[in-house]
Amino acid sequence: MEADHSIEVVVIGSGPAGLTAALYTARANLSPLVLEGEPSSTSDQPGGQLMLTTEVENFPGFPDGVLGPVLMGQMRAQAERFGANLVGAKATRVKLQDGGPHTVWYRDPSTGDEIQVEAKAVIVAMGARSLLLDLPRERELIGHGLSTCATCDGFFFRGHNIAVVGGGDSAVEEATFLTKFAESVTLVHRRSELRASKIMQQRAFANPKIHFAWDSVATALLGEGKVEGLKLANVKDGTESILPVTGVFVAIGHAPNTDILRDEVRLDTDGYVVTHDGTTATSVDGVFAAGDIADRRYRQAVTAAGSGCAAAIDVERWLESHQPLAG
Amino acid sequence: MSELTKALTDSTFDEEIGSAEEPVLVDFWAEWCGPCKLIEPVLEEIAEENKGRLRVSKVNVDDNLDIVRRFDVMSIPTLILFKDGEPRVRLVGAKGKAQLLQEIGRHLS
Repeated sequence: MEADHSIEVVVIGSGPAGLTAALYTARANLSPLVLEGEPSSTSDQPGGQLMLTTEVENFPGFPDGVLGPVLMGQMRAQAERFGANLVGAKATRVKLQDGGPHTVWYRDPSTGDEIQVEAKAVIVAMGARSLLLDLPRERELIGHGLSTCATCDGFFFRGHNIAVVGGGDSAVEEATFLTKFAESVTLVHRRSELRASKIMQQRAFANPKIHFAWDSVATALLGEGKVEGLKLANVKDGTESILPVTGVFVAIGHAPNTDILRDEVRLDTDGYVVTHDGTTATSVDGVFAAGDIADRRYRQAVTAAGSGCAAAIDVERWLESHQPLAG
Repeated sequence: MSELTKALTDSTFDEEIGSAEEPVLVDFWAEWCGPCKLIEPVLEEIAEENKGRLRVSKVNVDDNLDIVRRFDVMSIPTLILFKDGEPRVRLVGAKGKAQLLQEIGRHLS
């Protein structure tokens, strides 16, 4: 099958990494095609994980903080201003080959028809998605007391007793945010101390509405048709208990969105893209990775943006060294 | 908000849904909800392309708690498709256009 069109570079993903890569490749006159993703209520959506946050306090240049969706709107507008071609579609599959050209397929957001595009270089920046608890009936209870988006759903839990599962930055941030609405928030964490940053921890410990269920994992969602409780097991002594909550928010971590890359590029045992020599280059010549998809260590908006910039510069140099000689 | 997607309130909801001849897709949303913003243009496109056989309406959850409670909305965006005044399809969470149309398509004439 012939490609529908052939271009210099495709950027897959539109979080801080994808949009920064788009900005830099656009300014290098490479007219990037950016496959932004489709609307969803998980982190796997146009704008990425920041679309589900409220105040971002640690992105440099915003001393008073900035709302996650606002920041992403600005990044998008900036990439667009310099000529990035942004499409609200999800890449459905890719065929990558050493030295290119690479083929990327996506569904036309309106018609659903599959479109095929051929590119000399590809930047993969699909980020990471939030993990669910993997409990029975979890999917059917989403929207009925179980939530993956505290900023979307906190409002509906005014006066409720709720739980947040997790112990990292996102869990502690969600718990703190949810105290604006809830009567009490119990943070359920499998260890006896939090992994969140010190400032977030201090805020949580100082908040009288936040309680802690240490060394505990969620083992069952209770309730018919909607959440009426959460069953916990203590990982140290094996005792079970029931937390009488009507809302459960899940923030137990992330997994890289590398499903479509599985047989195409080298991934590590947890599915993260492997890059080499301190660059964004992957195991396939002409394919570069930026942001959380290749980062298990830092996972910040600003490091993602930084690696998006690095990937764009790597692409630009790679294309220059692979241009056919003139004449 | 465009002319294509009408805002419903606690006081106009029953009248609007009850008197509609075509199915009505109601979007429960709020200003502070990121995923709600993402589907706004998608809903406008759907409204435009299905004029005469589907109405798209919006309920701001901040201002209309009666309807929110009546339909037990606990997450937004939630989309409920009403036909002959009765809720027929309920979709929780933002989705792409193709998926939305697939879910509501069989209720449109």
